Amino acid sequence: MAELDDLYQEVILDHNKSPRNYRPMANANRKAEGYNPLCGDHVTVYLHLKDGIIDDISFQGSGCAISKASASMMTSELKGKSAFAAQELFENVHKMLTGEANGENTADKVGKLVILSGVCKFPARVKCASLAWHTVNSALQGGDKVATTE
Amino acid sequence: MKAVSHLSDSQTAPSPFDVTRVREDFPALRQKVHGKPLVYFDNGATSQKPQSVIDALARYYSAENSNIHRGVHYLSERATAAYEAARDKIRGFINAGSDKEIIFVRGTTEAINLVAQSYGRSFLKAGDEIVVSAMEHHSNIVPWQILCEQVGARLRVIPINHDGEIVMDEYRRLLNERTKFVSVTHVSNALGTIVPAKEIVALAHQQKIPVLLDGAQAVPHLKVDVQELGCDFYAFSGHKMFGPTGVGVLFGRQELLEKMPPYQGGGDMISLVTFEKTHYNVLPYKFEAGTPHIAGGIGLAAAIDYLGKLDWNQVSAHEHELLAYATEALAEIVPVRIIGTAKAKAGVLSFVIDHIHAHDVGTILDQEGVAVRAGHHCAMPVMQRFGVPATTRASFAFYNTKEEIDVMVRGLHRVLKVFG
Repeated sequence: MAELDDLYQEVILDHNKSPRNYRPMANANRKAEGYNPLCGDHVTVYLHLKDGIIDDISFQGSGCAISKASASMMTSELKGKSAFAAQELFENVHKMLTGEANGENTADKVGKLVILSGVCKFPARVKCASLAWHTVNSALQGGDKVATTE
Repeated sequence: MKAVSHLSDSQTAPSPFDVTRVREDFPALRQKVHGKPLVYFDNGATSQKPQSVIDALARYYSAENSNIHRGVHYLSERATAAYEAARDKIRGFINAGSDKEIIFVRGTTEAINLVAQSYGRSFLKAGDEIVVSAMEHHSNIVPWQILCEQVGARLRVIPINHDGEIVMDEYRRLLNERTKFVSVTHVSNALGTIVPAKEIVALAHQQKIPVLLDGAQAVPHLKVDVQELGCDFYAFSGHKMFGPTGVGVLFGRQELLEKMPPYQGGGDMISLVTFEKTHYNVLPYKFEAGTPHIAGGIGLAAAIDYLGKLDWNQVSAHEHELLAYATEALAEIVPVRIIGTAKAKAGVLSFVIDHIHAHDVGTILDQEGVAVRAGHHCAMPVMQRFGVPATTRASFAFYNTKEEIDVMVRGLHRVLKVFG
């Protein structure tokens, strides 16, 4: 059960129970929707970008504990970061979730988000954790299209 | 095997259905998952296969493999004979009147698409209406939506009540002179509801409207007699009834099949081809273009043979008992809500737990060795009807046991603890 404990850590359960930045944003200047066609989970990410910096970020949606916690932690982590830094983080988180990071310096690259690294042992759940990240990536690129995990 | 039968002989109060003995026939059930014995409750997605089906596939490929309906050589004759014998066995299994009414397809989905494209495109036009129910699988919604776009017809939906039963008064109201086709499930994959199929067919036939029944979830649980049901089309898959994947059946009444054009063109479905004109083959071959899944058909016949050796009354009683036991056990877990509480149900227990998503339930149960389905079950409108994003679904087969349900219940208590 060690792997299960890695997946459902206290911090993750806490973010699931009380997600941070879980609200719509009236003055958002970027917005994207993400959708996982396999399970029907969906998320909306709102951004307020000012001079290339993520001034404010929030999300709403429905999904499992992993997807909700991942989205919540993502918003906490991205607030105040530059769009460039956010995209770099997206790539590193993605590598961690899919197991491509091989555990090397993961904590250096993703900071607190390393707590989500247990997900890579549950292939069926990787998309739950990456949905919000695909969505924010799509919002940063400014496209109106719906991001999917496929 | 001997030891097992000896054991069951010596039991003082033998169970009416010897599930221990039956489980021996399914090799996939004898494995551990995450160090725990596998509890396979995802039969609604696909069932496990008895050794006799696996052997039939191996035997075909080892000794009979050849293409059918074209070779003059010995092997081809043997393969053709085995394949056509399988067709006849399937005819008997659903009590169709003739082998001409049994069309091999890839599965239920292809069967419904065949009817929508061949019958639908020929006989439906702008303004016509097609009736489905609110608890259809996507495979009994989307082919009709595609047809509606092609011919300008309109899809009408029979509502279901809070127990997940078809509202028959609403169905009666929906039928009118514009209704040109009715297509409903026989047993709901997401809710387990057994639909009053015979009554649905009879009401449509009063207005001369043809009816297709989606039997994918019915054939593993119910004795199906297409003549008694009176339906015009009946579709089902091999893999959900202990047969191979990639093979399924469309039953169609001969009179309708005769006037329908081919669904696909190719080899085997023709009698004469010139560049000026092609003459189509007779039924059922008119609808079977290309080399079919020969091994699959033979494997499906082996599954029917296997089912034929079971006492169906015992099987039904055992499955009924399992469902009642599981329903009661889940009702005792306070935050659990069962979705689909129809009076007539088969094999499916769908549920949600307050504030805990089905995916999380599924992952934790998996760690206990319990395989369930978590998600929308390819029936998103059903999820919308009940206002839930997803459910956890335990779907049973006759080889499941009460002890396995106990394992799932313990797993659910673990879920509650993790999210406590």
